[in-house]
Amino acid sequence: MTWVAVLAGSAACYLLKLVGLSVPQRVLGNPRVRRIAMLLPVAVLAALVVIQTFTIGHRLVLDARAAGFVAAVIAVVFRAPFLVVVALACVTTALVRLWL
Amino acid sequence: MTYDRGDRSPADQPRFPQRGAPERRAVLRVALAIGATTGAYGLSFGAIGIASGLSLWQTCALSLLMFSGGSQFALVGILGSGGGVVAASGTAALLGSRNAFYGLRLAELLQLRGVARVAGAQLVIDESTAVATTQPTVPAGRLGFWATGLSVFVLWNLGTVIGAAGAGLISDPAVLGFDAAAPAAFVALLAPRMRGRQPWAVALTASVVALAAVPYVPAGVPVLLAALVAILAGWRRRPDDASADEPDGQPA
Repeated sequence: MTWVAVLAGSAACYLLKLVGLSVPQRVLGNPRVRRIAMLLPVAVLAALVVIQTFTIGHRLVLDARAAGFVAAVIAVVFRAPFLVVVALACVTTALVRLWL
Repeated sequence: MTYDRGDRSPADQPRFPQRGAPERRAVLRVALAIGATTGAYGLSFGAIGIASGLSLWQTCALSLLMFSGGSQFALVGILGSGGGVVAASGTAALLGSRNAFYGLRLAELLQLRGVARVAGAQLVIDESTAVATTQPTVPAGRLGFWATGLSVFVLWNLGTVIGAAGAGLISDPAVLGFDAAAPAAFVALLAPRMRGRQPWAVALTASVVALAAVPYVPAGVPVLLAALVAILAGWRRRPDDASADEPDGQPA
């Protein structure tokens, strides 16, 4: 099943790229379609952040990952490079998990 | 893009800057620097792919075939939290939809036909678009697209292999806090998009909708419901919207 998701998702992403290069401007030039496309990543990424931080299965939980999330936000505010953001979140989560 | 500065349309200009032109070196330097940065980020994707339960081959296939960071992180995150095929690949496609709009902006600049278009399409991502559309001339823009796209492609895939192989050696990813890596990556991806009031409103509403849905719907579906927030917000035209459609002052 994982392979189906990998290949179907990849095919969809490639076709979206190809469509953009191939269709006439007016088809995707609609301002409403543009606004939605630029807001979609914001909504989807925000949802992924809270789901992967505050849930396990179908339960809402508050655990060590929340500390990692806070560390990531602080790192981003201080414009830390990508790897530093991720590493700080991991280290913080691991340390809080040790102490709890 | 600034090709309206001269009289000639992109189709009439030389394909790339001439050998030895200063803009050529400048573009190549930017392309390599961006490739190196995303290569480091590929390391974390490789590690997160393995920590989410994908095999080395599946993780590497994503970087080769999907080649769009946000979509890849989303797909492995949803599969890792028990989401189904439709939710995982659907969310990846939603995140990849912005690439279609990048392609639209690049089409006139690149003037791609046939095989070049089929190959070039795979390189239409955030980084190549950003470099291509911020160069002073058409030839530099084209070189920026190909050089950045290829440099990111090579180093992103290399980073993925190394990250995935390294993570495979770790027995319990939770001990190292690896389960916090994907959300942290999303926070970093989100940050540059959070300019102005509307992205914040959309992000907060989407978060609340997703968390509220988690107990009641199958894994992965809360993210799709959150996407509806973006559709509703984008559907309404705001009064202060004059510049929002064209964040970088592009003609439509």
